[in-house]
Amino acid sequence: MLDIEHVTKVFFPGTVNEKVALENINLHVNPGDVICVIGSNGSGKSTLFNMIAGTFPVTSGTIRLDGKDITNAPEYRRAFMIGRIFQDPTKGTSANMSVEDNMNLASSKGMKGLKYSLTKERRKYFQELLGTIGLDSRMADNVGLLSGGQRQALTLLMATLSHPKLMLLDEHTAALDPRNAEIVMDLTKEYIKRDSLTAMMVTHNMQFAIDYGNRLIMMDEGHIILDLAGDDKKGLTVQSLIDEFRHIRKKDFDSDEGLLTS
Amino acid sequence: MIEGIFVEGLIFSIMVLGILISYRILDFADLTCDGSVATGAAVATMCIVNGLGITVGLILAFAVGVLCGLVTATIHNRLRIPGLLAGILTMTMLYSINLRILGNKANVSLVRVDTLYRLFPEAFPFLSSALASLAGTLLFVLVVKILLDLFFRTDLGLALGALGGNEQVIISQGMNPSVLKLIGVGLSNGLIALSGGLLAQYQGFADANLGTGMVVQGLAAIMLGEFLFSSNRISLITLRAILGGIIYKALMFLGRKYGYLIGITPNDFKLLTGILVIISLAIAQTRAMAAAGNARKKALSKLENGGAANA
Repeated sequence: MLDIEHVTKVFFPGTVNEKVALENINLHVNPGDVICVIGSNGSGKSTLFNMIAGTFPVTSGTIRLDGKDITNAPEYRRAFMIGRIFQDPTKGTSANMSVEDNMNLASSKGMKGLKYSLTKERRKYFQELLGTIGLDSRMADNVGLLSGGQRQALTLLMATLSHPKLMLLDEHTAALDPRNAEIVMDLTKEYIKRDSLTAMMVTHNMQFAIDYGNRLIMMDEGHIILDLAGDDKKGLTVQSLIDEFRHIRKKDFDSDEGLLTS
Repeated sequence: MIEGIFVEGLIFSIMVLGILISYRILDFADLTCDGSVATGAAVATMCIVNGLGITVGLILAFAVGVLCGLVTATIHNRLRIPGLLAGILTMTMLYSINLRILGNKANVSLVRVDTLYRLFPEAFPFLSSALASLAGTLLFVLVVKILLDLFFRTDLGLALGALGGNEQVIISQGMNPSVLKLIGVGLSNGLIALSGGLLAQYQGFADANLGTGMVVQGLAAIMLGEFLFSSNRISLITLRAILGGIIYKALMFLGRKYGYLIGITPNDFKLLTGILVIISLAIAQTRAMAAAGNARKKALSKLENGGAANA
Protein backbone atom coordinates (compact mmCIF):
# COMPACT_ATOMS: atom_id res chain seq x y z
CA MET A 1 0.00 0.00 0.00
CA LEU A 2 2.63 2.54 1.07
CA ASP A 3 6.23 1.83 0.12
CA ILE A 4 9.00 4.07 1.36
CA GLU A 5 12.38 3.16 -0.11
CA HIS A 6 15.74 4.61 0.90
CA VAL A 7 14.21 7.96 1.81
CA THR A 8 16.68 10.53 3.12
CA LYS A 9 15.89 14.10 4.09
CA VAL A 10 18.59 16.65 4.74
CA PHE A 11 17.63 20.14 5.85
CA PHE A 12 19.87 23.10 4.87
CA PRO A 13 22.35 20.90 2.96
CA GLY A 14 25.83 22.35 2.55
CA THR A 15 25.46 24.89 5.36
CA VAL A 16 26.63 24.85 8.97
CA ASN A 17 23.01 24.18 9.94
CA GLU A 18 22.89 20.99 7.88
CA LYS A 19 20.69 18.46 9.60
CA VAL A 20 19.98 14.91 8.53
CA ALA A 21 16.37 14.48 9.61
CA LEU A 22 15.78 11.10 7.97
CA GLU A 23 18.46 8.66 6.90
CA ASN A 24 17.77 5.83 4.48
CA ILE A 25 14.27 5.06 5.72
CA ASN A 26 12.63 1.90 4.42
CA LEU A 27 9.05 1.18 5.39
CA HIS A 28 6.36 -1.00 3.92
CA VAL A 29 2.82 -0.37 5.10
CA ASN A 30 0.23 -3.09 4.43
CA PRO A 31 -3.42 -2.30 3.75
CA GLY A 32 -5.29 -2.16 7.04
CA ASP A 33 -2.19 -1.53 9.12
CA VAL A 34 -2.67 0.72 12.12
CA ILE A 35 0.80 1.87 13.08
CA CYS A 36 1.75 3.79 16.19
CA VAL A 37 4.92 5.81 15.76
CA ILE A 38 6.91 6.74 18.86
CA GLY A 39 10.23 8.46 19.42
CA SER A 40 11.65 11.43 21.27
CA ASN A 41 11.52 15.00 19.96
CA GLY A 42 13.64 15.46 16.87
CA SER A 43 13.70 11.75 16.05
CA GLY A 44 12.14 12.37 12.63
CA LYS A 45 8.51 11.35 13.18
CA SER A 46 7.05 14.58 11.88
CA THR A 47 9.57 14.79 9.05
CA LEU A 48 8.54 11.27 7.99
CA PHE A 49 4.90 12.38 7.91
CA ASN A 50 5.83 15.53 6.01
CA MET A 51 7.65 13.41 3.43
CA ILE A 52 4.67 11.07 3.02
CA ALA A 53 2.19 13.95 2.78
CA GLY A 54 4.48 15.93 0.47
CA THR A 55 4.91 19.08 2.56
CA PHE A 56 8.60 19.15 1.63
CA PRO A 57 10.38 17.23 -1.14
CA VAL A 58 12.61 14.29 -0.18
CA THR A 59 16.37 14.65 -0.66
CA SER A 60 16.61 11.15 -2.12
CA GLY A 61 14.62 7.93 -2.25
CA THR A 62 11.17 7.04 -3.54
CA ILE A 63 7.68 6.94 -2.04
CA ARG A 64 4.96 4.82 -3.64
CA LEU A 65 1.32 4.76 -2.68
CA ASP A 66 -0.78 1.93 -4.10
CA GLY A 67 1.96 1.23 -6.63
CA LYS A 68 1.99 4.83 -7.89
CA ASP A 69 5.22 6.80 -7.55
CA ILE A 70 4.25 9.92 -5.62
CA THR A 71 7.78 11.04 -4.74
CA ASN A 72 7.47 14.26 -6.72
CA ALA A 73 3.73 14.77 -6.54
CA PRO A 74 2.71 18.06 -4.88
CA GLU A 75 0.99 17.93 -1.50
CA TYR A 76 -2.45 18.82 -2.84
CA ARG A 77 -2.31 15.91 -5.33
CA ARG A 78 -1.42 13.42 -2.62
CA ALA A 79 -4.25 14.76 -0.50
CA PHE A 80 -6.65 12.90 -2.81
CA MET A 81 -5.44 9.67 -1.19
CA ILE A 82 -4.00 10.82 2.12
CA GLY A 83 -5.96 12.34 4.98
CA ARG A 84 -3.88 14.18 7.52
CA ILE A 85 -4.74 15.52 10.96
CA PHE A 86 -2.36 17.92 12.64
CA GLN A 87 -1.64 18.52 16.29
CA ASP A 88 -2.93 22.08 15.91
CA PRO A 89 -6.76 21.89 15.84
CA THR A 90 -6.96 25.12 13.82
CA LYS A 91 -5.12 23.63 10.84
CA GLY A 92 -7.78 21.25 9.63
CA THR A 93 -10.78 23.55 9.36
CA SER A 94 -11.49 27.03 8.06
CA ALA A 95 -12.35 29.24 11.04
CA ASN A 96 -14.20 31.96 9.15
CA MET A 97 -16.64 29.55 7.53
CA SER A 98 -19.66 27.74 8.95
CA VAL A 99 -19.57 24.09 10.00
CA GLU A 100 -21.77 23.03 7.09
CA ASP A 101 -19.64 24.92 4.56
CA ASN A 102 -16.55 23.18 5.92
CA MET A 103 -18.27 19.82 5.57
CA ASN A 104 -19.34 20.72 2.05
CA LEU A 105 -15.79 21.67 1.14
CA ALA A 106 -14.50 18.34 2.44
CA SER A 107 -17.13 16.14 0.80
CA SER A 108 -15.22 15.87 -2.46
CA LYS A 109 -11.54 16.29 -3.19
CA GLY A 110 -10.14 18.44 -5.97
CA MET A 111 -10.89 21.74 -7.65
CA LYS A 112 -14.40 23.05 -7.14
CA GLY A 113 -16.78 24.31 -9.79
CA LEU A 114 -19.53 26.89 -10.06
CA LYS A 115 -22.31 24.85 -8.55
CA TYR A 116 -24.22 24.77 -5.31
CA SER A 117 -23.71 21.35 -3.81
CA LEU A 118 -25.07 22.30 -0.39
CA THR A 119 -28.60 21.14 -1.16
CA LYS A 120 -31.33 20.26 1.32
CA GLU A 121 -30.52 16.54 1.11
CA ARG A 122 -26.84 17.13 1.64
CA ARG A 123 -27.54 19.38 4.58
CA LYS A 124 -29.64 16.60 6.09
CA TYR A 125 -26.88 14.08 5.44
CA PHE A 126 -24.31 16.37 7.08
CA GLN A 127 -26.65 16.94 10.01
CA GLU A 128 -26.87 13.20 10.63
CA LEU A 129 -23.09 12.85 10.48
CA LEU A 130 -22.55 15.87 12.71
CA GLY A 131 -25.04 14.42 15.17
CA THR A 132 -22.53 11.65 15.89
CA ILE A 133 -20.08 14.24 17.23
CA GLY A 134 -22.73 16.45 18.83
CA LEU A 135 -22.39 19.34 16.39
CA ASP A 136 -25.72 18.97 14.57
CA SER A 137 -27.16 22.03 16.29
CA ARG A 138 -24.23 24.24 15.29
CA MET A 139 -24.17 23.77 11.53
CA ALA A 140 -24.56 27.46 10.75
CA ASP A 141 -22.02 28.62 13.34
CA ASN A 142 -18.56 29.65 12.26
CA VAL A 143 -15.96 26.99 13.05
CA GLY A 144 -13.92 29.62 14.88
CA LEU A 145 -16.53 29.54 17.65
CA LEU A 146 -15.96 25.85 18.39
CA SER A 147 -13.62 24.51 21.07
CA GLY A 148 -10.34 22.81 20.15
CA GLY A 149 -11.82 19.37 20.82
CA GLN A 150 -14.88 20.08 18.72
CA ARG A 151 -12.72 21.38 15.90
CA GLN A 152 -10.49 18.32 15.97
CA ALA A 153 -13.52 16.02 15.98
CA LEU A 154 -14.88 17.94 12.99
CA THR A 155 -11.51 17.69 11.21
CA LEU A 156 -11.60 13.94 11.75
CA LEU A 157 -15.13 13.66 10.42
CA MET A 158 -14.20 15.79 7.41
CA ALA A 159 -11.15 13.65 6.68
CA THR A 160 -13.21 10.45 6.68
CA LEU A 161 -15.86 11.95 4.35
CA SER A 162 -13.68 11.35 1.30
CA HIS A 163 -12.46 7.88 2.32
CA PRO A 164 -8.69 8.39 2.21
CA LYS A 165 -6.46 5.41 1.52
CA LEU A 166 -4.09 6.43 4.28
CA MET A 167 -4.63 8.50 7.41
CA LEU A 168 -1.74 10.38 8.98
CA LEU A 169 -2.43 11.39 12.57
CA ASP A 170 0.29 13.66 13.88
CA GLU A 171 -0.21 13.76 17.68
CA HIS A 172 -3.71 14.94 16.92
CA THR A 173 -4.87 14.85 20.54
CA ALA A 174 -1.76 16.38 22.12
CA ALA A 175 -3.10 19.94 22.14
CA LEU A 176 -6.41 18.99 23.77
CA ASP A 177 -7.36 18.69 27.43
CA PRO A 178 -7.51 15.09 28.73
CA ARG A 179 -11.28 14.70 28.43
CA ASN A 180 -11.44 16.03 24.88
CA ALA A 181 -8.32 14.07 23.96
CA GLU A 182 -10.12 10.91 25.04
CA ILE A 183 -13.25 11.78 23.07
CA VAL A 184 -11.25 12.51 19.91
CA MET A 185 -9.17 9.36 20.35
CA ASP A 186 -12.27 7.20 20.79
CA LEU A 187 -13.69 8.77 17.65
CA THR A 188 -10.43 8.04 15.81
CA LYS A 189 -10.57 4.39 16.84
CA GLU A 190 -14.20 4.18 15.80
CA TYR A 191 -13.57 5.60 12.32
CA ILE A 192 -10.48 3.47 11.76
CA LYS A 193 -12.47 0.36 12.67
CA ARG A 194 -15.62 1.31 10.78
CA ASP A 195 -13.87 2.15 7.49
CA SER A 196 -10.98 -0.33 7.98
CA LEU A 197 -8.62 2.58 7.45
CA THR A 198 -4.90 2.26 7.05
CA ALA A 199 -3.43 4.69 9.54
CA MET A 200 -0.17 5.95 10.97
CA MET A 201 -0.35 7.72 14.30
CA VAL A 202 2.38 9.64 16.08
CA THR A 203 1.98 9.48 19.83
CA HIS A 204 4.07 10.29 22.87
CA ASN A 205 2.19 7.83 25.00
CA MET A 206 4.15 4.56 24.99
CA GLN A 207 1.50 2.57 26.80
CA PHE A 208 -1.09 3.69 24.26
CA ALA A 209 1.25 2.74 21.41
CA ILE A 210 1.62 -0.72 22.92
CA ASP A 211 -2.10 -1.21 23.48
CA TYR A 212 -3.41 0.17 20.23
CA GLY A 213 -2.87 -0.79 16.60
CA ASN A 214 -1.28 -3.83 15.07
CA ARG A 215 2.18 -2.36 14.61
CA LEU A 216 4.60 -0.17 16.50
CA ILE A 217 7.49 1.82 15.07
CA MET A 218 10.13 3.50 17.15
CA MET A 219 12.29 6.23 15.67
CA ASP A 220 15.52 7.81 16.81
CA GLU A 221 17.84 10.29 15.11
CA GLY A 222 16.25 9.83 11.70
CA HIS A 223 16.19 6.04 11.75
CA ILE A 224 13.46 3.49 12.30
CA ILE A 225 15.11 1.49 15.06
CA LEU A 226 12.24 -0.81 15.93
CA ASP A 227 9.34 -2.15 13.88
CA LEU A 228 7.19 -4.64 15.75
CA ALA A 229 3.96 -6.28 14.69
CA GLY A 230 1.66 -9.08 15.78
CA ASP A 231 2.87 -11.25 18.67
CA ASP A 232 6.15 -9.33 19.02
CA LYS A 233 4.10 -6.24 19.81
CA LYS A 234 1.60 -7.95 22.10
CA GLY A 235 4.22 -8.99 24.59
CA LEU A 236 5.60 -5.46 25.03
CA THR A 237 5.66 -3.41 28.20
CA VAL A 238 6.86 0.17 28.57
CA GLN A 239 9.88 -1.14 30.50
CA SER A 240 10.77 -3.70 27.85
CA LEU A 241 10.52 -0.99 25.17
CA ILE A 242 12.91 1.24 27.09
CA ASP A 243 15.30 -1.65 27.65
CA GLU A 244 15.11 -2.50 23.98
CA PHE A 245 15.87 1.12 23.09
CA ARG A 246 18.89 1.17 25.40
CA HIS A 247 20.08 -2.10 23.94
CA ILE A 248 19.82 -0.90 20.33
CA ARG A 249 21.04 2.68 20.73
CA LYS A 250 23.44 2.22 23.63
CA LYS A 251 21.88 5.20 25.40
CA ASP A 252 18.87 6.06 27.58
CA PHE A 253 15.47 6.84 26.17
CA ASP A 254 15.15 10.54 26.83
CA SER A 255 11.48 11.32 26.44
CA ASP A 256 10.03 12.07 29.86
CA GLU A 257 6.69 12.61 28.20
CA GLY A 258 6.70 9.05 26.92
CA LEU A 259 7.38 7.70 30.40
CA LEU A 260 5.15 9.99 32.39
CA THR A 261 1.99 9.71 30.33
CA SER A 262 0.43 6.36 30.86
CA MET B 1 -25.05 67.56 -6.19
CA ILE B 2 -26.02 64.91 -3.67
CA GLU B 3 -26.64 62.50 -6.58
CA GLY B 4 -23.08 63.13 -7.70
CA ILE B 5 -21.71 61.91 -4.39
CA PHE B 6 -23.75 58.72 -4.64
CA VAL B 7 -22.69 58.07 -8.24
CA GLU B 8 -19.05 58.63 -7.33
CA GLY B 9 -19.46 56.43 -4.26
CA LEU B 10 -21.16 53.65 -6.20
CA ILE B 11 -18.49 53.61 -8.93
CA PHE B 12 -15.85 53.61 -6.22
CA SER B 13 -17.63 50.79 -4.40
CA ILE B 14 -17.08 48.39 -7.31
CA MET B 15 -13.37 48.91 -6.71
CA VAL B 16 -13.96 48.44 -2.98
CA LEU B 17 -15.58 45.08 -3.78
CA GLY B 18 -12.45 44.12 -5.71
CA ILE B 19 -10.22 45.11 -2.81
CA LEU B 20 -12.57 43.25 -0.45
CA ILE B 21 -11.92 40.04 -2.40
CA SER B 22 -8.14 40.31 -2.23
CA TYR B 23 -7.69 41.78 1.27
CA ARG B 24 -10.57 40.32 3.22
CA ILE B 25 -11.65 37.13 1.48
CA LEU B 26 -8.30 35.89 0.14
CA ASP B 27 -6.14 37.60 2.78
CA PHE B 28 -3.84 38.60 -0.08
CA ALA B 29 -2.41 42.12 0.36
CA ASP B 30 -2.60 43.17 -3.28
CA LEU B 31 -1.31 46.55 -4.42
CA THR B 32 -1.94 45.87 -8.11
CA CYS B 33 -5.08 47.96 -7.65
CA ASP B 34 -3.30 51.30 -7.95
CA GLY B 35 -2.23 50.27 -11.44
CA SER B 36 -5.19 48.22 -12.61
CA VAL B 37 -7.82 50.87 -11.87
CA ALA B 38 -5.99 53.23 -14.22
CA THR B 39 -5.57 50.42 -16.75
CA GLY B 40 -9.31 49.84 -16.71
CA ALA B 41 -9.92 53.55 -17.23
CA ALA B 42 -7.40 53.68 -20.06
CA VAL B 43 -8.71 50.59 -21.85
CA ALA B 44 -12.35 51.68 -21.63
CA THR B 45 -11.50 55.22 -22.76
CA MET B 46 -9.44 54.12 -25.75
CA CYS B 47 -12.13 51.64 -26.80
CA ILE B 48 -14.81 54.32 -26.65
CA VAL B 49 -12.68 57.00 -28.32
CA ASN B 50 -11.81 54.60 -31.12
CA GLY B 51 -15.44 53.68 -31.73
CA LEU B 52 -15.50 50.16 -30.30
CA GLY B 53 -18.40 51.10 -28.06
CA ILE B 54 -19.13 51.23 -24.37
CA THR B 55 -19.99 47.55 -23.90
CA VAL B 56 -16.83 46.32 -25.58
CA GLY B 57 -14.87 48.94 -23.66
CA LEU B 58 -16.13 47.76 -20.27
CA ILE B 59 -15.77 44.07 -21.09
CA LEU B 60 -12.22 44.64 -22.29
CA ALA B 61 -11.46 46.77 -19.21
CA PHE B 62 -12.61 43.89 -17.01
CA ALA B 63 -10.63 41.34 -19.02
CA VAL B 64 -7.44 43.39 -18.96
CA GLY B 65 -7.92 43.90 -15.22
CA VAL B 66 -8.18 40.12 -14.78
CA LEU B 67 -4.97 39.83 -16.76
CA CYS B 68 -3.21 42.30 -14.40
CA GLY B 69 -4.34 40.19 -11.44
CA LEU B 70 -3.12 37.02 -13.13
CA VAL B 71 0.32 38.61 -13.59
CA THR B 72 0.52 39.48 -9.88
CA ALA B 73 -0.68 36.03 -8.79
CA THR B 74 1.73 34.30 -11.18
CA ILE B 75 4.70 36.32 -9.90
CA HIS B 76 3.64 35.42 -6.35
CA ASN B 77 3.08 31.72 -7.15
CA ARG B 78 6.10 31.08 -9.35
CA LEU B 79 8.78 33.14 -7.64
CA ARG B 80 7.39 32.50 -4.15
CA ILE B 81 7.61 36.15 -3.17
CA PRO B 82 5.04 37.83 -0.92
CA GLY B 83 1.84 39.03 -2.59
CA LEU B 84 2.63 42.56 -1.46
CA LEU B 85 5.85 42.70 -3.47
CA ALA B 86 4.27 40.95 -6.46
CA GLY B 87 1.54 43.60 -6.46
CA ILE B 88 4.00 46.48 -6.25
CA LEU B 89 5.92 45.05 -9.22
CA THR B 90 2.79 44.76 -11.37
CA MET B 91 1.56 48.18 -10.28
CA THR B 92 4.87 49.81 -11.24
CA MET B 93 5.00 48.08 -14.60
CA LEU B 94 1.39 49.02 -15.26
CA TYR B 95 2.23 52.70 -15.00
CA SER B 96 4.30 52.47 -18.20
CA ILE B 97 1.76 50.21 -19.85
CA ASN B 98 -1.07 52.60 -19.02
CA LEU B 99 0.81 55.44 -20.73
CA ARG B 100 1.23 53.19 -23.77
CA ILE B 101 -2.46 52.33 -23.82
CA LEU B 102 -3.28 56.06 -23.69
CA GLY B 103 -1.03 56.57 -26.71
CA ASN B 104 1.89 57.97 -24.70
CA LYS B 105 -0.25 60.70 -23.22
CA ALA B 106 -0.85 61.31 -19.53
CA ASN B 107 -4.58 61.73 -20.09
CA VAL B 108 -7.17 61.28 -22.79
CA SER B 109 -10.54 62.98 -22.60
CA LEU B 110 -13.89 61.57 -23.60
CA VAL B 111 -15.41 64.61 -25.27
CA ARG B 112 -17.91 64.40 -28.09
CA VAL B 113 -18.32 60.62 -27.76
CA ASP B 114 -21.11 58.57 -26.25
CA THR B 115 -20.35 57.40 -22.73
CA LEU B 116 -22.50 55.55 -20.25
CA TYR B 117 -23.21 58.83 -18.50
CA ARG B 118 -24.53 60.39 -21.67
CA LEU B 119 -26.70 57.33 -22.32
CA PHE B 120 -28.23 57.01 -18.84
CA PRO B 121 -30.34 60.21 -19.19
CA GLU B 122 -31.64 58.82 -22.49
CA ALA B 123 -32.49 55.48 -20.89
CA PHE B 124 -34.35 57.12 -18.02
CA PRO B 125 -36.01 60.11 -19.74
CA PHE B 126 -38.48 60.57 -16.89
CA LEU B 127 -35.62 61.39 -14.48
CA SER B 128 -33.36 64.40 -14.28
CA SER B 129 -29.95 63.82 -15.79
CA ALA B 130 -28.27 63.53 -12.40
CA LEU B 131 -30.88 61.12 -11.09
CA ALA B 132 -30.68 59.06 -14.27
CA SER B 133 -26.93 58.69 -13.78
CA LEU B 134 -27.55 57.59 -10.22
CA ALA B 135 -30.24 55.09 -11.25
CA GLY B 136 -28.04 53.63 -13.98
CA THR B 137 -25.01 53.30 -11.74
CA LEU B 138 -27.07 51.83 -8.92
CA LEU B 139 -28.45 49.21 -11.31
CA PHE B 140 -24.95 48.40 -12.53
CA VAL B 141 -23.57 48.04 -9.01
CA LEU B 142 -26.53 45.91 -7.92
CA VAL B 143 -25.95 43.50 -10.79
CA VAL B 144 -22.25 43.25 -9.90
CA LYS B 145 -23.09 42.73 -6.22
CA ILE B 146 -25.68 40.02 -6.88
CA LEU B 147 -23.35 38.18 -9.27
CA LEU B 148 -20.60 38.31 -6.65
CA ASP B 149 -22.93 37.07 -3.91
CA LEU B 150 -24.00 34.17 -6.11
CA PHE B 151 -20.39 33.38 -7.01
CA PHE B 152 -19.19 33.30 -3.41
CA ARG B 153 -21.89 30.82 -2.47
CA THR B 154 -20.81 28.30 -5.11
CA ASP B 155 -18.34 25.56 -4.20
CA LEU B 156 -15.55 27.49 -5.91
CA GLY B 157 -16.46 30.68 -4.08
CA LEU B 158 -16.47 28.85 -0.75
CA ALA B 159 -13.05 27.40 -1.56
CA LEU B 160 -11.73 30.93 -2.14
CA GLY B 161 -13.09 31.94 1.26
CA ALA B 162 -11.49 28.93 2.88
CA LEU B 163 -8.15 29.77 1.24
CA GLY B 164 -8.12 33.14 2.96
CA GLY B 165 -8.88 31.57 6.30
CA ASN B 166 -6.51 28.62 6.13
CA GLU B 167 -4.40 27.57 3.15
CA GLN B 168 -3.69 24.12 4.61
CA VAL B 169 -7.39 23.23 4.45
CA ILE B 170 -7.38 23.88 0.71
CA ILE B 171 -4.28 21.71 0.21
CA SER B 172 -5.80 18.97 2.36
CA GLN B 173 -8.88 18.96 0.17
CA GLY B 174 -6.78 18.31 -2.93
CA MET B 175 -6.96 21.80 -4.39
CA ASN B 176 -4.01 23.74 -5.75
CA PRO B 177 -3.88 27.01 -3.79
CA SER B 178 -1.95 28.66 -6.65
CA VAL B 179 -4.86 28.16 -9.03
CA LEU B 180 -7.32 29.57 -6.51
CA LYS B 181 -5.13 32.63 -6.03
CA LEU B 182 -5.06 33.16 -9.80
CA ILE B 183 -8.85 33.08 -9.87
CA GLY B 184 -9.30 35.29 -6.81
CA VAL B 185 -6.73 37.97 -7.56
CA GLY B 186 -7.81 37.94 -11.21
CA LEU B 187 -11.45 38.52 -10.30
CA SER B 188 -10.47 41.20 -7.81
CA ASN B 189 -8.51 43.20 -10.36
CA GLY B 190 -11.17 42.65 -13.02
CA LEU B 191 -13.66 44.45 -10.78
CA ILE B 192 -11.14 47.17 -9.97
CA ALA B 193 -10.50 47.80 -13.66
CA LEU B 194 -14.24 47.78 -14.35
CA SER B 195 -14.62 50.48 -11.71
CA GLY B 196 -11.84 52.43 -13.45
CA GLY B 197 -13.69 52.07 -16.76
CA LEU B 198 -16.84 53.56 -15.23
CA LEU B 199 -14.93 56.31 -13.45
CA ALA B 200 -13.29 57.47 -16.69
CA GLN B 201 -16.69 57.77 -18.32
CA TYR B 202 -18.18 59.60 -15.36
CA GLN B 203 -15.40 62.16 -15.02
CA GLY B 204 -14.95 62.37 -18.79
CA PHE B 205 -11.30 61.43 -19.07
CA ALA B 206 -8.74 58.74 -18.30
CA ASP B 207 -5.58 59.65 -16.46
CA ALA B 208 -2.42 57.61 -15.97
CA ASN B 209 -2.24 58.86 -12.38
CA LEU B 210 -5.82 57.92 -11.62
CA GLY B 211 -4.89 55.05 -9.35
CA THR B 212 -2.47 56.67 -6.95
CA GLY B 213 -3.48 55.87 -3.38
CA MET B 214 -6.58 53.93 -4.41
CA VAL B 215 -5.75 50.86 -2.30
CA VAL B 216 -5.67 52.88 0.90
CA GLN B 217 -8.91 54.61 0.00
CA GLY B 218 -10.49 51.24 -0.69
CA LEU B 219 -9.28 49.87 2.63
CA ALA B 220 -10.65 52.93 4.41
CA ALA B 221 -14.01 52.28 2.77
CA ILE B 222 -13.98 48.59 3.79
CA MET B 223 -13.22 49.54 7.38
CA LEU B 224 -15.90 52.22 7.46
CA GLY B 225 -18.32 49.58 6.21
CA GLU B 226 -17.26 47.14 8.88
CA PHE B 227 -18.24 49.63 11.57
CA LEU B 228 -21.81 49.56 10.29
CA PHE B 229 -22.61 45.98 11.26
CA SER B 230 -20.84 42.64 11.66
CA SER B 231 -21.87 39.56 9.73
CA ASN B 232 -20.42 36.46 8.11
CA ARG B 233 -23.01 36.40 5.34
CA ILE B 234 -21.49 37.27 2.00
CA SER B 235 -24.48 39.33 0.84
CA LEU B 236 -24.16 41.55 3.91
CA ILE B 237 -20.38 41.72 3.63
CA THR B 238 -20.62 43.01 0.05
CA LEU B 239 -23.44 45.36 1.06
CA ARG B 240 -21.42 46.96 3.81
CA ALA B 241 -18.42 47.33 1.47
CA ILE B 242 -20.63 49.25 -0.96
CA LEU B 243 -22.06 51.39 1.84
CA GLY B 244 -18.52 51.98 3.10
CA GLY B 245 -17.51 53.18 -0.36
CA ILE B 246 -20.39 55.67 -0.47
CA ILE B 247 -19.70 56.91 3.07
CA TYR B 248 -16.04 57.41 2.24
CA LYS B 249 -16.87 59.48 -0.83
CA ALA B 250 -19.41 61.47 1.20
CA LEU B 251 -16.78 62.22 3.82
CA MET B 252 -14.39 63.36 1.12
CA PHE B 253 -17.13 65.55 -0.32
CA LEU B 254 -17.74 67.13 3.07
CA GLY B 255 -14.01 67.64 3.38
CA ARG B 256 -13.91 69.43 0.03
CA LYS B 257 -16.93 71.54 0.79
CA TYR B 258 -16.46 72.49 4.41
CA GLY B 259 -12.83 71.57 4.96
CA TYR B 260 -11.70 75.15 4.33
CA LEU B 261 -13.46 76.12 7.56
CA ILE B 262 -10.80 74.26 9.48
CA GLY B 263 -8.06 74.86 6.93
CA ILE B 264 -8.18 71.49 5.13
CA THR B 265 -7.57 71.44 1.38
CA PRO B 266 -7.88 68.50 -1.06
CA ASN B 267 -4.09 68.23 -0.79
CA ASP B 268 -4.58 66.87 2.71
CA PHE B 269 -6.96 64.07 1.69
CA LYS B 270 -4.32 61.36 1.28
CA LEU B 271 -3.00 62.13 4.74
CA LEU B 272 -6.50 62.13 6.19
CA THR B 273 -7.37 58.85 4.46
CA GLY B 274 -4.29 57.23 5.93
CA ILE B 275 -5.18 58.53 9.38
CA LEU B 276 -8.73 57.27 8.91
CA VAL B 277 -7.39 53.76 8.19
CA ILE B 278 -5.09 53.92 11.22
CA ILE B 279 -7.92 55.07 13.49
CA SER B 280 -10.19 52.32 12.12
CA LEU B 281 -7.53 49.72 12.83
CA ALA B 282 -6.99 51.12 16.33
CA ILE B 283 -10.73 51.06 17.08
CA ALA B 284 -11.05 47.50 15.75
CA GLN B 285 -8.15 46.44 17.96
CA THR B 286 -9.54 48.18 21.05
CA ARG B 287 -12.87 46.48 20.42
CA ALA B 288 -11.22 43.07 20.19
CA MET B 289 -9.27 43.73 23.39
CA ALA B 290 -12.40 44.94 25.15
CA ALA B 291 -14.24 41.80 24.06
CA ALA B 292 -11.40 39.64 25.39
CA GLY B 293 -11.37 41.63 28.63
CA ASN B 294 -15.11 41.19 29.05
CA ALA B 295 -14.83 37.47 28.48
CA ARG B 296 -12.09 37.33 31.12
CA LYS B 297 -14.15 39.29 33.65
CA LYS B 298 -17.11 37.02 32.98
CA ALA B 299 -14.99 33.93 33.54
CA LEU B 300 -13.50 35.39 36.74
CA SER B 301 -16.88 36.37 38.19
CA LYS B 302 -18.14 32.89 37.34
CA LEU B 303 -15.19 31.44 39.24
CA GLU B 304 -15.82 33.70 42.23
CA ASN B 305 -19.53 32.88 42.28
CA GLY B 306 -18.74 29.20 41.91
CA GLY B 307 -16.23 29.48 44.75
CA ALA B 308 -18.79 31.24 46.94
CA ALA B 309 -21.33 28.54 46.21
CA ASN B 310 -18.85 25.84 47.14
CA ALA B 311 -17.90 27.65 50.35
